[in-house]
Amino acid sequence: MLAMLIRRLIQSIVVMLVVAFIAFSLFQFVGDPINNMVGQEASAQERAELRERLGLNDPIPIQFMRFVGNAAQGNFGISYRMARPVSAVIAERLPATLELAMISAFFALSMGIGLGVYTALKRSGVLSNFIMTVSLIGVSLPTFLIGILLIYIFAVELRWLPSFGRGQVVRISDWWTTGLLTPSGRASLILPAITLGLFQLTLIMRLVRAEMLEVLRTDYIKFARARGLAQRSIHFHHALKNTLLPVITITGLQLGTIIAFAIITETVFQWPGVGLLFINAIRFVDVPMMSAYLVLIALVFVVINLIVDVLYFVVDPRLRATKH
Amino acid sequence: MTTEQTAGDQPLRPSLWRRILDSDLLYSFLRKPVVIVSFVLTVIIVLAAVLAPWIAPHTPFDPASLNLMNGFTPPFSANEFTGDTFILGTDSQGRDVFSAILYGARISLLVGFSAVAFAMILGVGLGLLAGYKGGWVDSLIMRVADVQLSFPAILVALMIFGVMRGVIPPQQQDQMAIYVLILAIGLSDWVQYARTVRSSTMAEKNKEYVQAARLFSVPAHRILLKHILPNVTGPILVIATIGLALAIILESTLSFLGVGVPATQPSLGTLIRIGQDYLFSGEWWITIFPGLTLLVLALSVNLLGDWLRDALNPKLR
Amino acid sequence: MNDVLLSVRDLVVEFPKRDKVLTALDHINLEVRRGEILGMVGESGAGKSLTGAAIIGLLEPPGRIAHGEIVLDGQRIDNLPYGQMRRIRGRKIGMVFQDPLTSLNPILTIAEQLIETIRTHLPMNEKQARERAVELLEEVGIPAARRRLDDYPHHFSGGMRQRVVIALALAGEPDLIIADEPTTALDVSVQAQIIDVLKRLCRDRGASVILVTHDMGVIAEAADRVAVLYAGRVAEIGPVRQVVKDPSHPYTVGLMGSIPSVVHDIDRLTQIPGSMPRLDNIPQGCAFNPRCSQVHDRCYRDRPNLIAVESKPDNQVACWLFDERASS
Repeated sequence: MLAMLIRRLIQSIVVMLVVAFIAFSLFQFVGDPINNMVGQEASAQERAELRERLGLNDPIPIQFMRFVGNAAQGNFGISYRMARPVSAVIAERLPATLELAMISAFFALSMGIGLGVYTALKRSGVLSNFIMTVSLIGVSLPTFLIGILLIYIFAVELRWLPSFGRGQVVRISDWWTTGLLTPSGRASLILPAITLGLFQLTLIMRLVRAEMLEVLRTDYIKFARARGLAQRSIHFHHALKNTLLPVITITGLQLGTIIAFAIITETVFQWPGVGLLFINAIRFVDVPMMSAYLVLIALVFVVINLIVDVLYFVVDPRLRATKH
Repeated sequence: MTTEQTAGDQPLRPSLWRRILDSDLLYSFLRKPVVIVSFVLTVIIVLAAVLAPWIAPHTPFDPASLNLMNGFTPPFSANEFTGDTFILGTDSQGRDVFSAILYGARISLLVGFSAVAFAMILGVGLGLLAGYKGGWVDSLIMRVADVQLSFPAILVALMIFGVMRGVIPPQQQDQMAIYVLILAIGLSDWVQYARTVRSSTMAEKNKEYVQAARLFSVPAHRILLKHILPNVTGPILVIATIGLALAIILESTLSFLGVGVPATQPSLGTLIRIGQDYLFSGEWWITIFPGLTLLVLALSVNLLGDWLRDALNPKLR
Repeated sequence: MNDVLLSVRDLVVEFPKRDKVLTALDHINLEVRRGEILGMVGESGAGKSLTGAAIIGLLEPPGRIAHGEIVLDGQRIDNLPYGQMRRIRGRKIGMVFQDPLTSLNPILTIAEQLIETIRTHLPMNEKQARERAVELLEEVGIPAARRRLDDYPHHFSGGMRQRVVIALALAGEPDLIIADEPTTALDVSVQAQIIDVLKRLCRDRGASVILVTHDMGVIAEAADRVAVLYAGRVAEIGPVRQVVKDPSHPYTVGLMGSIPSVVHDIDRLTQIPGSMPRLDNIPQGCAFNPRCSQVHDRCYRDRPNLIAVESKPDNQVACWLFDERASS
């Protein structure tokens, strides 16, 4: 197990280095950083000095090493557009995105697994068929359209829920603000969380259903039936446990996508998170911000992948075979 | 959109027809009302988009033809000042929403088809290369594919778009936007093709007839195109159909985020973004109708892809 | 008739397809006596496994019992509601499947699977059930049973897993065990051991067994009586010695003639020409008529039912040859 973990860890580091290199290359490809930092009126000599001082004359490998070193400490330079340290801006916005992502992940997972199991067990039921049809529409519906339709129904027509922003937030520490503690904060979370989670929900649901149907056809389930075990136990103890094994992997990766899809949801609902920050960074070619976001997202994905691997190990006894 | 498409299709044609006969594709098609409806809807939208300049009642992006007095006319009713009627209403500029949708669908489909063609050519090419050459070429291509696949397409497309933004001088950005978009969406979606083609190539290249062709020193590209490619027509067609739905959704999403096509050439996504601002003041039709069009288009193409996958039954996941 | 444990009467199992109904089992009649091992042989597709599935009430939909009845211990069981049938499965009828590698739930320990099964059927607490589980594993011949109780299935070899499967099938102390090709997936060297375990346990407990197999060697070794199935019908049924040594039905004759080990008194192996008809293509009259060497007009017209063979007590055969002999 340890050997595998170490191998995974090395793989992850390689991926992070590749991503870091891409993020680093952004600076090389996209415009001249000096132009972005000093005004038009700066003299050639001032530019040359700044260039020297920032180490832009060093060989590329040295510059890259420096970039990685800085990035590892969370230092991505100064945002061109906001003229503030990128890491400070991101840290300020991160709680909003994480909170949104967690709530929608929870929503997508619980509803996805529940509906998946239900539609697998009641394969030919009217409600199952209805859920499956709706889920197909869900897969085809672009996230932003879901958001707009929800806003139109629940914010504009019914006026039940707010349509933008985080509502009132409470600062619980220096670096964390939450909307979960106020009524307006909670109300503001509902529509964005549904919007963000709906696509993953349909994916997870269809996956769970397909896996569950597969497992229900296996010999060990037939054998369990032939031993007269209770229906309940066969479905939720024997079958569901086996179903969730492959689901963990794909679901884990889906949770990563939630963070990425937050870009869209945050735009629709003007949610003050890092996704909205990133879109604005792209619009205004704010390279430090773009590269920082890229590294951050890659980190999230790599960490989720690692957790999924470990989780798989914990759940599947076959992988623990060496223990005996 | 058409030239690239036929270029990609040409060598595949005989095998495609054979497959259609083999798999009773037509029979399966006629037995599924949902699929027929999806097909008809897709054809209608594609035709309407292609013929937009001839069938649209107005030319929505010619400022001279717009009358501001017609602004915010609700659908199915006459404007209270001018008496003009617009079937799906008008936006703030007095622009006919129906015509805007036709032109918007045109852009969306243009980008969608081109991106799919680009992704297909790139993916099939790299897949053939990786599968046939093996060794470090294979590892390199597949490593890149793995890394890319672990990130969602939208993120990849956004990054590529961002880089292109920086590289292209500002004054050319608007006119280059569509090409950048095609490039970004295409690059984000080649992996599926490459993986399928690669595994099929690896399986096929060790079969006797390919080995025999190699002994007779038939050039590699002939072997690849004549013997290996026809075997993957079915799976590629399925990936391309589902890919088209994904590309349309991705394009509209990027345009909605304001990083897609410029506002002077709005796609469905752009129309929805512009219309969103008026949702709160009650002019729902400006955003809802383009939204419904996008939904119907994406859903129909998706259903077609799903059906095609089941009907051709390639081992896809 | 008190020595009859199970009787299957005129059992018909159908599979409705898109445009027609396939009859997979066509008026099956057989009895299983207390304490006996009834072998069930036939080519694949003859309906051996399906008969087993029908008896234990686990036909895969859309398969359904269309006609006939199954009586176990005086109680009709083919029309029981799910809840009642569940209490018969495992408690009255146990089942052993073909492939021990896939029969056990891979992510539950042997103990978990055994204890759950025991406690489903017998009034025991966790601790008692655990003791019982150890006893069962010892009975089926698993060494160091107590220590291996908390292992997962993948820690056992194929033969050992099949022993665990048998232990699980016996956990509810059933009167009847349906063993569906229990040795087919195993190494030849292990097959005899598993058959021995099965034989010994049933003898000890007085349980009956339906042993489904296509291996005549296994039948000759283990069974008391044997039923030969062909195209969803019983062709012949009788004591194993009679059926193997002196088969009556032309199909059984051909079947025995094709087995080298059992037959000593003929020089050449024979082969039955042709193959068993598909379910959608069963001929009128006797299903065996296209391949039969002694076919005559009546075989094409009427379907033969099981009839007693005069010279052989306890033997029944579905063939017109014997009807004529009887009437003449």
